[in-house]
Amino acid sequence: MKTKVTMDPERWKAEVLTKYPSKVAKKRAKSIVVNEGDEVKQIQANIRTIPGIITQRGCTYAGCKGVVLGPTRDIINLVHGPIGCSFYAWLTRRNQTLPPTPDSPNFMMYAFSTDMQDSNIVFGGEIKLKQAIREAFEIFKPKNIGIFSTCPVGLIGDDVHAVAREMKAELGINIFGFSCEGYKGVSQSAGHHIANNGVFKHVVGLNDTPVEGKFKVNLLGEYNIGGDAFEIERIFEKIGITLISTFSGNSTIDSFEQSHHADLNMIMCHRSINYLAEMMETKFGIPWIKVNFIGADATAKSLRKIAQYFGDAGLAAKVEEVIAEEMALVAKELEPIKARTQDKTAMLFVGGSRAHHYQELFNELGMKTLSAGYEFGHRDDYEGRRVIPTIQIDADSRNIEEIHVEADPTRYRPRKTEAEIKALVAQGLQFSEYEGMMTEMGKGALVIDDISHYEMEKLVEIYQPDVFCAGIKEKYCVQKMGIPLKQLHSYDYGGPYAGFEGAVNFYKDIDMIVSTSIWKMVKAPWQKESVIEAEYAL
Amino acid sequence: MLLRHTTDKIIEREALTVNPAKTCQPVGAMYAALGIHGCLPHSHGSQGCCSYHRSVLTRHYKEPVMAATSSFTEGSSVFGGQANLLQAINTIFSVYNPDVIAVHSTCLSETIGDDLTQIIAKAKEEGNVPNGKYVFHANTPSYVGSHVTGYANMVTAMVKTFSMKSSTKKNQVNIISGWIEPSDMREIKRIANQMMAKIVLFPDTSDVLDAPMTGKHEFYPKGGVTIPELISTGDSKFTIGLGPLCTLDACIKLENQCKVKFDSLELPIGIQATDTFITALSRAAGVQVPDSLTDERGRLIDIIADMQKYLYGKRVALFGDPDTLVPLTEFLVALDMKPVYIVTGTPDKTFEDRMASILSTKVPEAKYKAGERADTFLLHQWIKQQGVDLLIGNTYGKYIARDENIPFVRLGFPILDRVGHSYFPMVGYAGAMNLVTKILDVIMDKIDREVPEEKVELVM
Ligand code: SF4
Ligand code: SF4
Repeated sequence: MKTKVTMDPERWKAEVLTKYPSKVAKKRAKSIVVNEGDEVKQIQANIRTIPGIITQRGCTYAGCKGVVLGPTRDIINLVHGPIGCSFYAWLTRRNQTLPPTPDSPNFMMYAFSTDMQDSNIVFGGEIKLKQAIREAFEIFKPKNIGIFSTCPVGLIGDDVHAVAREMKAELGINIFGFSCEGYKGVSQSAGHHIANNGVFKHVVGLNDTPVEGKFKVNLLGEYNIGGDAFEIERIFEKIGITLISTFSGNSTIDSFEQSHHADLNMIMCHRSINYLAEMMETKFGIPWIKVNFIGADATAKSLRKIAQYFGDAGLAAKVEEVIAEEMALVAKELEPIKARTQDKTAMLFVGGSRAHHYQELFNELGMKTLSAGYEFGHRDDYEGRRVIPTIQIDADSRNIEEIHVEADPTRYRPRKTEAEIKALVAQGLQFSEYEGMMTEMGKGALVIDDISHYEMEKLVEIYQPDVFCAGIKEKYCVQKMGIPLKQLHSYDYGGPYAGFEGAVNFYKDIDMIVSTSIWKMVKAPWQKESVIEAEYAL
Repeated sequence: MLLRHTTDKIIEREALTVNPAKTCQPVGAMYAALGIHGCLPHSHGSQGCCSYHRSVLTRHYKEPVMAATSSFTEGSSVFGGQANLLQAINTIFSVYNPDVIAVHSTCLSETIGDDLTQIIAKAKEEGNVPNGKYVFHANTPSYVGSHVTGYANMVTAMVKTFSMKSSTKKNQVNIISGWIEPSDMREIKRIANQMMAKIVLFPDTSDVLDAPMTGKHEFYPKGGVTIPELISTGDSKFTIGLGPLCTLDACIKLENQCKVKFDSLELPIGIQATDTFITALSRAAGVQVPDSLTDERGRLIDIIADMQKYLYGKRVALFGDPDTLVPLTEFLVALDMKPVYIVTGTPDKTFEDRMASILSTKVPEAKYKAGERADTFLLHQWIKQQGVDLLIGNTYGKYIARDENIPFVRLGFPILDRVGHSYFPMVGYAGAMNLVTKILDVIMDKIDREVPEEKVELVM
């Protein structure tokens, strides 16, 4: 066994901050919090990254095009801008999709760009954009085209929304634009909000044809990385829950258009999609609850919430039957693995929900999360939604449109009476609530928002976790230090990790990571200082 | 089908690019800058660009790729990014302590019109650049050219910033490397070493992007051309630029600035281009070609002669960057293969001429295109019209290869789904042996997999 260093986290924080110029240190200090346990402290989040800091974060465009719209197959996502932004978002998020027939539309393998040239920057790019839309229509005959603005577009004054309206009229298909220039907001998060707004305004509720099914739901904030959505679909099907649409994984615009027929919205990734749930509740009367299908126990708990919501004895029985059956399999797989993972440690720095959700899986493995933080979370994702009214909106977030939504005059239909909701709340079902990450983390855990590369190296160096979870940019730095890194954006090209089968996949992958032999061979026999070997031997 | 909407019916496009065969300038600038020892590339723009560029380079090399960003927000895009860059320079030297910061611009800072020369001068004035440390920049607007242009601009900026002529000439030859892998740069140094030619190679990403596992993350790995070496290039007796699109500007700059004469050559991919390079180096350095290299060449020719049956007349489609495609096409023709379809998204005025001189008599039916809308969608459509026996290109080719069942060799940038390119060269005779082995492997694997059972051969 490795000997663990135990440095007081407050001391760690103080030492790390000394490296920064004083102004920077002051700012970073507020984003690094030692968790109290019972009482949640305030953390600074969703503020701009200090220039020069090596950050995990990406941009608004990445959040809009890449995350929310990218996993939807029956739409041409046309990127208006120079070539790069489109190129890098081309298939790199590994959202899987399964078109029902060989002829069903699927544009997800394609990258579309207006490839702006300097003349377009000087004279404007609207003419080229229109032409590109016409060509996309003529060649591919899509039913939907989304236009995504990259940084230069806003500056040169191209109006993508006007172009969208004009081309929609000309071609007779649904076309809509997103002003998701990378500089808006401080991270991908702004892009999620912009995408939510656009999808709500231009797609949700377009098709009033009723949907068959007794228990109709939407899943929000599930992106089908590595097939997660497939596993969740499998479970729902087994239970008899009708999943109208997933925003957005293995998804179609067609299904979004009908999503207002659902009787319940379930939020997986609160950060990226809570706006849409809120707007759908206001407009159509669909309540939302927070669920989590990462972790076998969490999955069971979430399924029980659904049963509780619908209050149907048959459904509840079926849910219990499926849980019992699946959990038996999970337990069988977990037992031998847990012997090897018990008491090992993890750190998670990723996204806006996974750094929280995946702690469930590590708990199941008997592993402790020493430190965690989000890349683009807000305070509510750390401290719980109750703090939302106290969050100060700074100049960087103010530019993101808040759309005013009202109850639909004909289609608003509260799914539960006030009395019913009250009764459910009394039974412990929470509506429109998310408790955040910090409430569930242990005392003394380091919670760090928008961790810098420097802080990350210091964490690894001092605390030597058995697994570090982050993304591709961090992966090889941490591994060079002799600590395995598990990517939680791309799952290291594995998965699914959601649901019951996913949990088992995750156990196996972590087992592999903590059992891999190669780490023991880092030093050659003739390198006589065998410090590293001793330290990293398992 | 993965690319189920691609058909053989070609409709002329004037505005739409589909499945590009290029990407944007800064990623090239970032890659080139990593070839300087102790250098931290810095992306002056919003943080998305930097995140994307680091990600794609990391996925390609499976190695740490360090770079910082000015993290523009809406305010910076209205008022300009001067404050961001000044703060970034200060933060970077305090926290990450590089020898050099290589700043490149992005579409955003270019559109705003930030004056990097002035901002960097201001940083120096304000004392934010410690003694003995450097900050320099290249302008890399992505609405001009491609990733190749960005690489070229950064290399030219290196010359502009560092190359200096002193009173004493040095007995060394500059080799300015085009966009090739660390393995290739290592191979060029090995060749020069065998010839006992003293060279300065820049940029040089070997021992940077192929660093060993040691249990420690070296923020600045041991490789890369050093600043004193870069400075000394002004005193070298000659310069060889490998890959005109990536290095010609730098060669010209160096000649104008320090009066060092140069030869601009193709990248040494394949037999003839390597012959040319070795001849040029032997002349420039005043050294003999050792027998060991002649033997290497002989072994290469030997493999090809032995395996003609599997190569002769095979139709090949390829995509990538002009500097790679030109010598690669020449090599394929030397193998008696038929490079019939070639695209590059990188605009290159000389591309047509360079290709025509290789192909017009040997493969008159060949189609090739460079620049806007010369994308892999077009390439795939050509393939749909009449098939090929081999596809060569970056990872994105695998979707075409699978749909059409074409043997596929990964070569170019980015390669996201295999390893090896950063460890095994494709330049020089040894590189050509690698390349021809790879080509034979995929072609022969397909034969083994698909011939009727009674036709399976033990000996091939
Ligand atoms: S904005 Fe320009 S520099 Fe940034 S990723 Fe897009 S094309 Fe590249
Ligand atoms: S240019 Fe803007 S939109 Fe494109 S990647 Fe960079 S930050 Fe994002």
